[in-house]
Amino acid sequence: MTINPTPASATPEGGHLLELRDLHVEFRTNEGVARVINGVSYHLDAGETLAVLGESGSGKSVTAQAIMGILDTPPAFVRSGQILYQGQDLLTRSEEQRRQVRGKEIAMIFQDALSALNPVFPVGWQIGETLRQRAGMSRGDARRRAVELMDLVKIPGAAKRIGDYPHQFSGGMRQRVMIAMALALDPKVLIADEPTTALDVTVQAQIMDLLADLRRELNMAMILITHDLGVVAGVADRIAVMYAGRIVEHADVRSLYKAPAHPYTKGLLESIPRLDVRGQELSTIKGLPPNLMRIPSGCPFHPRCPYVQQVCVDEVPHDLVLGDGRTSACHFAQEVRDDSVAR
Amino acid sequence: MTASPANPTKVRGETILSVDNLVKHFPITQGVLFQRQIGAVKAVDGVSFELRRGETLGVVGESGCGKSTLARLLMRLEKPTSGRATLEGKDLFKASGGELRRLRRNMQMVMQDPYTSLNPRMTVGDIIGEPFEIHPDAAPKGSKAKRVQELLDLVGLNPEHINRYPHQFSGGQRQRIGIARALALKPEVIVCDEPVSALDVSIQAQVINLLKQLQGELGLSYIFIAHDLSVVRHIADRVAVMYLGRIVEIGTEDEIYERATHPYTQALLSAVPVPDPEARDQRNMIRLVGDVPSPADPPSGCHFRTRCWKAQEVCAVEDPATVPRAADPHPSACHFAELRPTPA
Repeated sequence: MTINPTPASATPEGGHLLELRDLHVEFRTNEGVARVINGVSYHLDAGETLAVLGESGSGKSVTAQAIMGILDTPPAFVRSGQILYQGQDLLTRSEEQRRQVRGKEIAMIFQDALSALNPVFPVGWQIGETLRQRAGMSRGDARRRAVELMDLVKIPGAAKRIGDYPHQFSGGMRQRVMIAMALALDPKVLIADEPTTALDVTVQAQIMDLLADLRRELNMAMILITHDLGVVAGVADRIAVMYAGRIVEHADVRSLYKAPAHPYTKGLLESIPRLDVRGQELSTIKGLPPNLMRIPSGCPFHPRCPYVQQVCVDEVPHDLVLGDGRTSACHFAQEVRDDSVAR
Repeated sequence: MTASPANPTKVRGETILSVDNLVKHFPITQGVLFQRQIGAVKAVDGVSFELRRGETLGVVGESGCGKSTLARLLMRLEKPTSGRATLEGKDLFKASGGELRRLRRNMQMVMQDPYTSLNPRMTVGDIIGEPFEIHPDAAPKGSKAKRVQELLDLVGLNPEHINRYPHQFSGGQRQRIGIARALALKPEVIVCDEPVSALDVSIQAQVINLLKQLQGELGLSYIFIAHDLSVVRHIADRVAVMYLGRIVEIGTEDEIYERATHPYTQALLSAVPVPDPEARDQRNMIRLVGDVPSPADPPSGCHFRTRCWKAQEVCAVEDPATVPRAADPHPSACHFAELRPTPA
């Protein structure tokens, strides 16, 4: 039952708000070269929510940093690929031109609001800083706008709290302050990197609701980076699942949860304990994620995969386009999906 | 306050650990030379429960609810302000010297963060073998290395890795080392403080399965502290829900997850994201407003009343006891305890 299958990569040139093409990023360290991103392509259209799902070390945050142009270089280097924003390749732009895109066109919020905010300045000043520096507002205007933004993210008593410091806010409120900062220049794309991982469930629900509302009200596109399959199911339109620096599966959210077509996605979905399902033994994915300095030959998932055959060791699987407009980088995608349906 | 659960159905053994009205207040002081106490953070504020042999008691709650302080009290890493706890009939807080050492042997802990809870300068063999130095009778002379290797094997690690250092292991493997260390003295009770929170999803399931398997093989009793309600449902026989230092509801896994009567438990359960996009529009979620109040200045009466949609005047005046309620015969600390109408 695929009601609304969004084509994964079939849309013609130029149509996307943001598009990544075959991005490669590596970390050059003393111990060797870690290939952190190995050919990531995805796209984002106006007003939609794309979830990028993966475990630690899968490259999901580094991809976002590459889009923002905030990679730590060195050790991180973009080896090849394109990041097209409204048809323009950001990677060929000068640092000053990229600065114009950052915040104004594409903004980002981070996992840990406490370390992302400056502890020695009041939050109102920090929200206003962007407005003064980038929008050329006067102090008074910036202050008024900061109050509006704090109202927008539903911080109670915004006008009174504008002079408070980050430590005077709770975790959820701090996250709201950071969202207000990100929204200051009216970005078209908001990248949220694990926005609720550090929060409690009841607060997490508040923040996810807020993000969904804001996205709708302001008609932003959102990239939600997370490891939490539950959070994704609640808000995303499409999902890109990352493993060892590659997108292994890309689909609209309903068909992916209904019938995952990559063994990694299938394993992940089966290994999470669920609140609504009582079970005894959890199924597990055997082994560990690969060391990015020594990514296995062929399909990087093959040492952990229950479907493994000789071809998986020898050949890197290409994105297999499945009937309903989704892709899976697995030699046996069709079988995996059929098994998932049968389950 | 007697909160001994009303004869739950899943009795698998006699009571091994019994906690009665445990209180821990951390003083807040002012002044440098003459420190005056101006208040107290009521981290644990009158907690009572029983743990039975071979069962897992899940303790859930949000950050700041006192669940980790409870763990530290039970391990005697903190001194309680008042209250009693007995392990196999012996008073945990009165024991000292040799008796305390014997008690501690019976109760071990697995920590949350496998990166900071293992000494980076010690080999795995030294880490797991250290308990034997304090309790030499637990492993006869010369058999220490053999015993460590048995433990490594038991938790699913390669026994040949006895001379490796913690940094050579992944997060999940380190957590296994932590578990092996806790098992070294053959304890009967293990307090697990968020043992899988720091791990990736695919690794988390491996560790949960290991804990369950060890419980079956060794007949362990667990106090399993976590903020993830889905994980707790998977491993726990009984569950205690904490809010601002108190247990607000306690019962069997089924009583808490299917027939919760306390509004906080209901809200907490409804906020857990369900990994199923089809359920997105059908879920009737209870949205709590605001944050948890400071434990230094908890609301009068029922601690939850400031965020509760059922709050009435009585809630501000009278502190509801954690006792069986008419709605369902398991203890719940709410004046208006009732089952949720037509669950989502």
